[in-house]
Amino acid sequence: MSSADIYREIILDYYRNPRNYGKITDPDISQRDSNPLCGDELEMHINIKDDKVADVKFTGKGCAISQASASMLTELIMGKDFEYVKKLAKEDILDNLGLQNLGPARIKCALLSFKVLKTGIYSYLVDKLKDTASADKMKEEVSGIY
Amino acid sequence: MQTSFINIESIRNDFPILKRKVHKDKPLVYLDNAATTQKPIQVIEAISNYYLTYNSNIHRAVHELAEEATLAYETTRDKIAKFINAKNREEVVFVRGTTEAINLVAYAWGRQNINKDDIIVTTEYEHHSNIVPWQLLSKEKGAKLEYIGVDDNGELILDHLDKYLQTGKVKLVAFSQMSNVLGTITDSEEIVKRCKKYGARVLIDGAQSVPHLKVDLQKLDCDFFAFSAHKMLGPTGVGVLWARKELLQDMVPFNGGGDMIREVHKYETTWNDLPYKFEAGTPNIADVIGFAAALDYLDKIGMDKVREHEMELTKYALDKLSQMKGIVLYGPKDVSKRGGVISFNLGDIHPHDLATIIDEDGIAIRSGHHCAQVLMERLDVSATSRASFYIYNTKEEVDVFVKSLNRAKELFKL
Ligand SMILES: Cc1ncc(COP(=O)(O)O)c(C=O)c1O
Repeated sequence: MSSADIYREIILDYYRNPRNYGKITDPDISQRDSNPLCGDELEMHINIKDDKVADVKFTGKGCAISQASASMLTELIMGKDFEYVKKLAKEDILDNLGLQNLGPARIKCALLSFKVLKTGIYSYLVDKLKDTASADKMKEEVSGIY
Repeated sequence: MQTSFINIESIRNDFPILKRKVHKDKPLVYLDNAATTQKPIQVIEAISNYYLTYNSNIHRAVHELAEEATLAYETTRDKIAKFINAKNREEVVFVRGTTEAINLVAYAWGRQNINKDDIIVTTEYEHHSNIVPWQLLSKEKGAKLEYIGVDDNGELILDHLDKYLQTGKVKLVAFSQMSNVLGTITDSEEIVKRCKKYGARVLIDGAQSVPHLKVDLQKLDCDFFAFSAHKMLGPTGVGVLWARKELLQDMVPFNGGGDMIREVHKYETTWNDLPYKFEAGTPNIADVIGFAAALDYLDKIGMDKVREHEMELTKYALDKLSQMKGIVLYGPKDVSKRGGVISFNLGDIHPHDLATIIDEDGIAIRSGHHCAQVLMERLDVSATSRASFYIYNTKEEVDVFVKSLNRAKELFKL
């Protein structure tokens, strides 16, 4: 992908004015991860109510791709059914960003927030829902993200 | 247009990789030399010539191939001793690189000489390889690790060193002769002088200095010195630990095995002479031989000329860059105090994004924390972009680089 295609208006806008930036006190899901290669950091907080994403926020530091994609991901899942969020695939995320053809180095930036989301769901399935069958599937999915 | 100090055209001709194009049709502008440099054909041929014509193991066999290989391997040791003006060739130990050299000292000297409540001093601008081994050692021994701070000009605050030395507990001071992020050239002789007064040992990380400056170990008068071949035209997988003979003699071996022994019995072994006591197993023969060709190459140009060329290029680049709106440049402004390493941030463009954008124009720079997260914390940034020069870089390449940075600014609407 050429950088003119990557750094479109919308990506820069979400990078500079991230939606849903911040923290939730006492969230149902709290998950953090970083990309040691470039130092991107991301933390996501989610509240689940009536099997829906009642609230989601993120904080982080990093490149435009990682931060914009995190912000756009929070918008994508806000208010959605937990089942829908569980089923989201990485292709959905890249489509949503319009970044389907990133190279191997930068795709990690675009998917960092997705990895954080899925890891958080995994912990939620294990700790709160005690749903080990779904958790095992989720664990496999997380390890296959990149 | 080239600097007046070296014949760049003929140098560039020696580097086959500089002829390749990247992203289809963009000439490669390689500005990531602080990470690793390119290799001239002379180095590549020295390595292949070994494999093609006299490949064999060294030191033990008596056949002709082994004699040739041993001679080539040991000649490299002589060349290194001369290159850094070490007094004795047996003080030159081959290792895998700077990282292994420092770890060797931490293990084989540190574990015998660092005790509870002793102090190890390092600096805020060290590469992780000159921090982590000392953290491991001080945790194991209950010793303390302290840092010489970095001022706003990117130079070490030597008052901090004095403060630690005055406690009388400092056993080792470890610092790099040139910062791989700021380019700052450390006032090494002054530090060694102060350490001597208090009987503290000194380890110098020469990974960035030996490739770019004339280094004279007898003048430096330190105790340990480490550097890597791959940052000075040589192959990867070869480095040097230089240490004072009397220290090497007292140190325990790092690895046990073949070549490092004199006699092995069931329960006892006596060690081989220096430096072989620290070179267990079959070494990286081919790449050590390749390293000699790199030293010859640099010798032919002359390290003074290398330095002059880089100073001129760095000044040219800094003049251009400092005129860019929104740029933050790190490190000393005075080119006599720095090497050809320029770290910067441009507006709110993250270094990772910047590197991606200018890569499209064929320009290779580094972005990230450069294995110096302690320094990133000090600078209060998570990352920087870094351009670093070597003998084959030109002012035209700096122009291409600056033009590309302007394109990045446009893309980011800055
Ligand atoms: C100042 C400094 N020290 C140590 C190292 C580590 O060198 P190596 O990776 O060759 O062991 C580097 C290079 O990355 C460096 O720049």
